[in-house]
Amino acid sequence: MHQFQIEPIAHLTLGGYDISFTNSSLFMLLVLGAIWVFMAGGMKGAIVPGRWQAAVESVTGFINNMVSSSVGPEGKAYVPLVFSLFMFILVANFMGMMPFGIVPGVHGFTVTSHLTVTAILAIMSFGTVLVVGLWRHGFHFFALFVPHGTPWWLMWLIPAIELFSFLIRPFSLALRLFVAMTAGHVLMKVLAGFVINGLNAEAAWVGAVVSLPSFILMIGITLLELLVCAIQAYVFALLTSLYINDAVNLH
Amino acid sequence: MPQIAQILETYASQAFWLLIVFGLIYFVIGRGMLPKIEATVDARDRKIADDLVAAERAKAEALTMEGSSSADLMAARAAAQAEAAAAKAKAAKDAENRLAKADAEIGAKLAEAEGGIAKARATAMASIEAMASEAAADIVAKVSGAKVTAAQAATAVKTVMANG
Repeated sequence: MHQFQIEPIAHLTLGGYDISFTNSSLFMLLVLGAIWVFMAGGMKGAIVPGRWQAAVESVTGFINNMVSSSVGPEGKAYVPLVFSLFMFILVANFMGMMPFGIVPGVHGFTVTSHLTVTAILAIMSFGTVLVVGLWRHGFHFFALFVPHGTPWWLMWLIPAIELFSFLIRPFSLALRLFVAMTAGHVLMKVLAGFVINGLNAEAAWVGAVVSLPSFILMIGITLLELLVCAIQAYVFALLTSLYINDAVNLH
Repeated sequence: MPQIAQILETYASQAFWLLIVFGLIYFVIGRGMLPKIEATVDARDRKIADDLVAAERAKAEALTMEGSSSADLMAARAAAQAEAAAAKAKAAKDAENRLAKADAEIGAKLAEAEGGIAKARATAMASIEAMASEAAADIVAKVSGAKVTAAQAATAVKTVMANG
């Protein structure tokens, strides 16, 4: 669990709040830098793109397609938000998978394995939906809780269920990402512990029986974890664009 | 679990730095760099579409040009054929005319020559008659001593000659 520990690097306070620069902040800046470098490499604007530019354009095109297919032509305005969320989560997830630990004294950190971070991201997503919905439709936005074709005798139940499912969205967004990243890292930690402890065991056969299978499993789990990193970022971005669709078009 | 154990002491720092970093990502990258990349993609798509349209137009143009050129070719061929036929017809007529003219000339010359021959024969005949009557008169005078007038001799010769 030490890998999730937040350690201050420089103590700072602002208005009575502790806003110390921590290892988490450091990794957020690393994520920002990585995204910036990635995007800057695709800014040449060549008509015939190079490899890097093609990679950047495929990512932006992917998000653009996702938003425009779930929101429609009006979704263009929300592409920057969804893209920022997607890139931040994706790169933060991958940054947490980087083997910084092989350098002695350096500890990796997964920004997205922290409930505070995922909650703020989810609140941004949910807040956008609320603001956009109320801005565009005013009070009519609450028609979202009464789906078309609801029978009158279910009017007491359906809106309550819809309201609940609407209000649960930020929590599900935040918890899904937080749990996926935390669980993945814990699992890898446990398997890595098996490998190390098996090798350190007094009986030599324990290494062969425990460490080797754990190591092989570890490789598979690591690949799976990389897949989860991408999928969680995709799910967060996709759900955000679907929620924005609710706000823009109702349903 | 440090995420929950530390939440009260770290939430302000986490939120503060996350808002700074995410704000930078949103405003600098999402709103600053992303539209430029999308503009590049749009420009490329538009250029491809434009080029396709231009190629389509050029193709249509080439097709119509090919059609018109083949029509031109056909017309030129027909004109040439007509001209050749006319020239042939004219040549044939010319040849006919010349032939007729030559024919006529030859006919005239022939007739003239025949006329000449007939005249010559007539004069020859006349001179033969005269000579024959003279000779006959001479012969009669030598044989019989009778004097025969030229007129008598001539009538006698004429009757003999008429009899063959």
